[in-house]
Formats: sequence, structure tokens, C-alpha cells
Amino acid sequence: MSDIPNELRYCRTHEWVSCAEDGVVTVGITDHAQDQLGDLVFVELPEVGDPFEAETECAVIESVKAASDIYCPVAGEIAEVNEALMDSPELVNDDPYGDGWLFKIAITDEADLDSLLDADGYQEILDA
Amino acid sequence: MSRKTALNALHRAHGGRMVPFAGWEMPLHYGSQMEEHHAVRRSAGMFDVSHMLVIDLVGEQSRPFLQQLLANDVARLQTAGKALYSCMLNEQGGVIDDLIVYHLRDNAFRLVVNAGCADKDLAWIKEQVAPFAVTVTPRHDLALIAVQGPQAREKTRPLLPATLAERAAQLAAFHAAVQDQWCVARTGYTGEDGFEIMLPATQAPALWQALAEAGVAPCGLGARDTLRLEAGMNLYGSDMDEQYSPLESGLGWTVAWEPAARNFIGRKALETKRNAIDNKRLVGLLLEGRGVLRNHQKLFSDGVEVGEATSGGFAPTLQRSIALARVEPDIGDACSVEIRGRQVPAKVIRPPFVRKGKICIAI
Repeated sequence: MSDIPNELRYCRTHEWVSCAEDGVVTVGITDHAQDQLGDLVFVELPEVGDPFEAETECAVIESVKAASDIYCPVAGEIAEVNEALMDSPELVNDDPYGDGWLFKIAITDEADLDSLLDADGYQEILDA
Repeated sequence: MSRKTALNALHRAHGGRMVPFAGWEMPLHYGSQMEEHHAVRRSAGMFDVSHMLVIDLVGEQSRPFLQQLLANDVARLQTAGKALYSCMLNEQGGVIDDLIVYHLRDNAFRLVVNAGCADKDLAWIKEQVAPFAVTVTPRHDLALIAVQGPQAREKTRPLLPATLAERAAQLAAFHAAVQDQWCVARTGYTGEDGFEIMLPATQAPALWQALAEAGVAPCGLGARDTLRLEAGMNLYGSDMDEQYSPLESGLGWTVAWEPAARNFIGRKALETKRNAIDNKRLVGLLLEGRGVLRNHQKLFSDGVEVGEATSGGFAPTLQRSIALARVEPDIGDACSVEIRGRQVPAKVIRPPFVRKGKICIAI
């Protein structure tokens, strides 16, 4: 059973999004996603200040198995990236909802968060 | 429906992530592919390779048959137990499969072939063997366990049948000891010391359990692939296939040209390429920029395409990305690799990258 914290929001493409604090949310990949990918070996993150539309490719993570695109869950501008992942991509495997976060976005429109899945909705996707 | 080895239930009990592979259901990893890789480099790991097919060839003409069938020469196998790595070629010189041939006893040899090639290999062998007095027997009754790593042999020996254990202790590299239905060979596919053990499938679960209790880490196909890649060993279907000869697959050393009169299958086609200066060759790549090398990425030199990665990945021992690549003969010592639309610099090196736990290249 993979861990799906109740306080987060989720995308069908297996990213999680935290609640907004001062218009900024944190994004990562779910426990299920890291488990499916296997050991991560490389993470390519966007630049701070880069603007992205929702559901566009904004980062790449590579595991021992394959490369996977990360999609930006909501429209906005990159506020911060997790530099620690450059040297330690395994943080995503070890702590996907904590130290393994990928980036933070300043959201263009906080109402976009309402279109994301809650924990139950994401669980249904995994069960489907 | 995938086939299952005798160890399937044990893989599941150990938490193996089971995946389809060459018609079999096999463990990809048991939690962390990376930790399994390190276990083999640093202590000992074991792999279920029972999906590979054992084929016994018995009969007075088994030696002359193999001298025709294989590009390497079984004349090199004069003592019982000695093993030889060889390609089996088609008439065009393309590689049908790579295999290990063991000399079991007088007039008896054993081939171990890739799972993905087993059916076509068997069909090819049966077709070629017709004029020879040789019996071909696929040994579906045997299981194969590879135990690899610096501590593999010492952890395995006490678990072997008594007299076999003593003989296994004396084995030189690329030699095997045979007793009843057991065959213990000092061979492997990881770049580390160790044994490959063929035994009755019914006895395999007990040996696997005993090895696990002795501290040998169960390892999946994932670690097997990164270990062999670091060791610079080819994977059939990626680094070689029927489209390329051994000369273009880094395996020229396995072709026994002498005696010139030995007319092995594929020889005529190979002769025309033997002294050609435009043969592609298989080299190693070490990625210098950020990213991960993957199969089929294109290589460039001064904007001109000069080859393709045949198998790439992240090398846990090196903590860098490496690949094997088929390249133009004049590639030089550097190139760039197109990774997701970017050109990333790479060094061209001569494999292996890692052998016996030691890094063999400058990084």
C-alpha cells in the first residue's frame, strides 16, 4: 500500500501539490510514483522564474529504469527548486512527500487547485 | 501466460517485483536495484537465471558438430569441466546468440543460452545437427542460480553436496565441476568472482533459502543489467543481434580463425569483413555532462552522426552514466550524445568500466 497523505492534492500523472502558502505551493511525486519508477538516479529541474502552463512538461526524473516527464500541476512561475536533488536524487525515493520535494510554484490562480484530485480521488485512480 | 521458474514462490516471498521477461515471470528487484548492485560488488548476491536454457549435446560427433556450429573452437576444451564463451552465427555472420559451452565429459558438451533466444537456438541446432551422430537434449528439468561477488564462493561452498564442495573450492576461472545432476561453474555475468550453479529444479528452492540464510542478497534482473554493463559485457538483443557480426560487436576475440580449415557456420561471411577498415565497432561511453545514457541515443562528432548507444544506464559503482555504443571506426576519444534534444559530451573508452570491485577507467 502506498502512502497518500490527506492534506495534499494530486494529479492523474502522479504529482502531489501542497496547500498554498502566500500563493506558493510545493510539488513532488507520489509514493506510488517513486515506487513504480525504482531508484532515482537523475533529476532535471526547471529554472527559478520559468513560467509554465498547467499540465505542461516542466521537469524530468530518471530512474534506473527510464526517464519520466513531470507535468506542472497548475499554471504559475517557479519560485524555488530542490537543489539537494542534484546530488541526491534518492531523496525522492526515501521521502517523496518531504525532503524529496521537486519545486515550488507561485500560482497564477489559486482556483486552479480546486481542479486537482483529493486523496480519495487519487486512490481511485490507483485502484482503477 | 508467463512461465515460472522453480523459485517463483520464493521471489514473491522475498518481495520480488515480478515482471515479464522473455516469456518468463522474473524478479526485476526486491526493493532496491541499487542496493542489490552494491551487494554483488561488495559482498555477495544471487540471481535466479533458470529462464536461461541448458542444452546437452551428447554423442561421438559432438565435438566436430560444435566445431562447425560455433565461431569459437571447442578444440580449446580438452579437459572435462572447462568452459568457453562463443557466438553462434548464421551464414551471414550475424550473431544468433552468445553462449557458454561446457565440456562435461568425453563426447558430451553443454550449452547455456539466452532465454529470449532459446526457441530459435534449439530449432537452429536441431537443423544443423541432422548429419551428425549427436543427441540434443534441452534440460528443462534444471534450475540455474548465479551467486556473484567477492564473498560468493566462500558463502556458497558449505551449502554444496560434500564432495562437490571440495571440487568447487579448487575450480579455476571458467571451469566447472560436475557431480550427478549438479554442475558448479566459476563463471558469471557481473564482473565479479562467483559460481553459476545448475541443479535439479526440485532442489533449487532449498539452495536458494540456504544462500539467503548465509547472507547472500537476492538480486533481480535490474541489478544484473547494471552489473554486466559496468563489466562491459554485451547483452544479446541490445549490443548484438543477427544484423551485426561479432567483429562489429566487440567480440572479435571470440572468433577462432585458426585452424583455417575449420569451416564454422558464418566463416565465409566473416572472412570478407575480417580485414575491412570500415567495420563499425563497439566501445564504451562515459557521460561527462548531466543526464543518463539510454539505448538508441544518437552519437555525434562535429555535428555528424557517428553511432548509437546500444545499452546505456546509470552505473551505481561509478555514480556516473555509462553505455556501450556501436560507432564508426574513426570516432576518436570523445563525442556528444543527443539526450532529450540536448548535446551532452561523452568520453569514448575501452570497456570494462568495473572489474572485481575496482573501477578500471579514469573518471
